[in-house]
Amino acid sequence: MEYKDYYKIMGVARDATQDEIKRAYRKLARKYHPDVSEEADAEAHFKEVGEAYEVLKDPEKRAAYDQLGAQWQAGQEFKPPPDWDEGFEFRGGGYTGAGGEAFSDFFETLFGQGFARGGAGAGAAFRMRGEDRRAKVLIDLEDSYQGATRKISLHVPELTGDGHVRTRERNLSVRIPRGIRQGQQIRLAGQGGSGLGGGEAGDLYLEVEFREHPLYRVDGSDIYLDLPVAPWEAALGAAVKVPTPSGIVDLKIPAESNQGRKLRLKKRGIPGKDAGDMYVVLQITLPPAHSEDAKALYQRMKEQLGFDPRARLGVS
Amino acid sequence: MDEQDTQILSGQILDETMEITLVQLCQSCAVQAETIEAMMEQGILEPSGRRGRHWCFPYASVRRTSVALRLQEDLGVNLAGAALALELLERIDKLNARLRAIGPERT
Repeated sequence: MEYKDYYKIMGVARDATQDEIKRAYRKLARKYHPDVSEEADAEAHFKEVGEAYEVLKDPEKRAAYDQLGAQWQAGQEFKPPPDWDEGFEFRGGGYTGAGGEAFSDFFETLFGQGFARGGAGAGAAFRMRGEDRRAKVLIDLEDSYQGATRKISLHVPELTGDGHVRTRERNLSVRIPRGIRQGQQIRLAGQGGSGLGGGEAGDLYLEVEFREHPLYRVDGSDIYLDLPVAPWEAALGAAVKVPTPSGIVDLKIPAESNQGRKLRLKKRGIPGKDAGDMYVVLQITLPPAHSEDAKALYQRMKEQLGFDPRARLGVS
Repeated sequence: MDEQDTQILSGQILDETMEITLVQLCQSCAVQAETIEAMMEQGILEPSGRRGRHWCFPYASVRRTSVALRLQEDLGVNLAGAALALELLERIDKLNARLRAIGPERT
């Protein structure tokens, strides 16, 4: 088991006041809150900060943690000294506001028993429906066009017989229905937390998110593709082949098309009752002027076209 | 300890047109009706109609409610603060979606 340096996680000195700890926690909680943060690993950071605060905000737990000594390094192999918590009493159990999520083994070893002693309603005889659980599932855009089956793995907090909370891995295979869009939820009835005292299980809600695609961008049920075209294709018109998530199609580029022109492929977006459209955005790509021939052609255009791309800027 | 479910689960898509009753909303988010009422007062939730004597809400309310609850619990903001944060988060989501649609090279 690794030692956790709660002061370092919180970014405060070992002699910080309770007020300083609270301020540091609020700041970090806003930074890493999974609903708000755009940081990578926000959730893991948020849990770590929550665990550190759980200990440091409570003067009793903090005092017990402090007497382990300051000689430990974060990540160092750690074993608590025997009877290390003698003379400390953790009232009311921890986990306030933590929503029953599992803390680290380090926390569990030090403070887990306190939770068991003060735990609320363990073994009480009442019936309760299991809680609903939520999870994210990452899929590819193509999955939404064809439908797919995806394996997902959930970390389920579980109360063990001796009152500890452990995380168990649970693997599920889920059918991804055709036509699903970014942000939509799939409800799996009865796959949430188990009920108490014979109550029914809660539901599992999967929020769908698309993995970034190398070609297509998604906006609701519409998708976008940047299509490189040669200047003469844009100027004279052309028929070109274009990839779509449901296969290659022929697209007619109208003559006199300009950079950024959007061409719509109706109903080629995400399928469904209200199928979306696909937009092809023209990106005019210049041939390089490496060879003498190419240079001569550009030179002829310069002389014969009389073209001023900056006419609108009034700087001619 | 791994548990392998070999069975393939099929679910139901919850799209924008679906509704949830007040009772279901309370159950799903494990809150009392008073909490939902307070969120309606702040404009966090808006009922989409009535089914019998009971309010109905658009399905997205489940997510709004749980985010508002988490913000309150974890960040110590009050309900009005959570309402403001939710509104700003939604605005950021929309802007991000628009940025994604424009494409990385022109942002």
